[in-house]
Amino acid sequence: MGQVIVITSGKGGVGKTTTSANIGTGLAAIGNKVVLVDTDIGLRNLDVVLGLENRIVYDLVDVTHGNCRLKQALIKDKRFENLCLLPAAQTKDKSAVEPEQMKELCGKLKEEFDYVIIDCPAGIEMGFKNAIAGADKAVVVTTPEISAVRDADRIIGLLEAAELRNPTLIVNRIRPRMVKNGDMMDINDMIDILAIELLGVVPEDEKIVISTNRGEPAVLDMNSWAGQAYRNIAKRITGENVPLVSLEVEDGLLGKLKRILGFNN
Amino acid sequence: MDLFSKVMGRQTSSSKSIAKERLRLVLVHDRSSISPQLLNDLKEDMLKVISSYMEIDMAGTEVTLSQDEKSVALVANIPVIKLNRVQCGR
Ligand SMILES: Nc1ncnc2c1ncn2[C@@H]1O[C@H](COP(=O)(O)OP(=O)(O)O)[C@@H](O)[C@H]1O
Ligand SMILES: [Mg+2]
Repeated sequence: MGQVIVITSGKGGVGKTTTSANIGTGLAAIGNKVVLVDTDIGLRNLDVVLGLENRIVYDLVDVTHGNCRLKQALIKDKRFENLCLLPAAQTKDKSAVEPEQMKELCGKLKEEFDYVIIDCPAGIEMGFKNAIAGADKAVVVTTPEISAVRDADRIIGLLEAAELRNPTLIVNRIRPRMVKNGDMMDINDMIDILAIELLGVVPEDEKIVISTNRGEPAVLDMNSWAGQAYRNIAKRITGENVPLVSLEVEDGLLGKLKRILGFNN
Repeated sequence: MDLFSKVMGRQTSSSKSIAKERLRLVLVHDRSSISPQLLNDLKEDMLKVISSYMEIDMAGTEVTLSQDEKSVALVANIPVIKLNRVQCGR
């Protein structure tokens, strides 16, 4: 039986879709059977980030409404045949799906796949409730900004209320130089304030933009910092112990940050 | 130090520590059921009680929640203008 992991954040634009695509692809690249589910109904995006937008025939709403069989709606990835996407509907609204239906769907998917990764829409309304309904675990994505961390805190509260306990945190778009200059909250500040376990840190990286342009997740780019961070996160999800911080302190904060990100390992 | 950086107030604390402080405070409110409105009602009730004991500066009074590492405190800063004279029996 597989595991259903929802990628959520509260605030929009912090990197949920990017993270979903990279974690999903990263898990598939190390041999897991993975399905990515886009629950952002009306604002479908995961398909483009993965470069699969031309292959969509059916979507999530077609499946929950019984317009097609589940298998028919699953799109096979170009690179990994053990990776699939269930795209969101683009022309329906969020109320087209209900939490009960999502629970049932996730139940079916995890019989087939090792990991079911759910890309959650922004907000705390219906779309959020649908996205978390069938989840076993939650990953909260934030950026090092007050507004994003505040929303993350709210989401953590709501996840707990929904009995999704012990979510883990990904801090995205960290800029080592700004942290060094005291102009960006660092990782410890955030895990301290949110009282949550850290799953990984992803740096700001132009390669993310390039990879999104191409429809090829950065996790497959061996020269991308962010890609390296996502490779580590994927390994951690499978239970592998990839250390976050090495205890040997190196030359200053930049060196330490590189270590946090998993370089020099 | 040129005027511009003074105006920006950059010397005293880094923007990171300002962010941290503001975040802590906003989360204290978010996490509790204490809205700014409720805090204001509390302040007015407190002032009513206290002003029957001493003369205080209502306008200069501040009531806030603050948080350090693990605990939350209700902090009231109430400037006293005049202490009332001791009256019989008090
Ligand atoms: N680590 C990063 N470095 C650079 N750009 C990023 C990074 N993470 C996300 N982005 C960019 O930020 C934007 C929002 O990301 P997205 O994953 O769509 O957020 P969300 O799904 O939370 O709304 C996208 O344009 C994406 O390319
Ligand atoms: Mg998104």
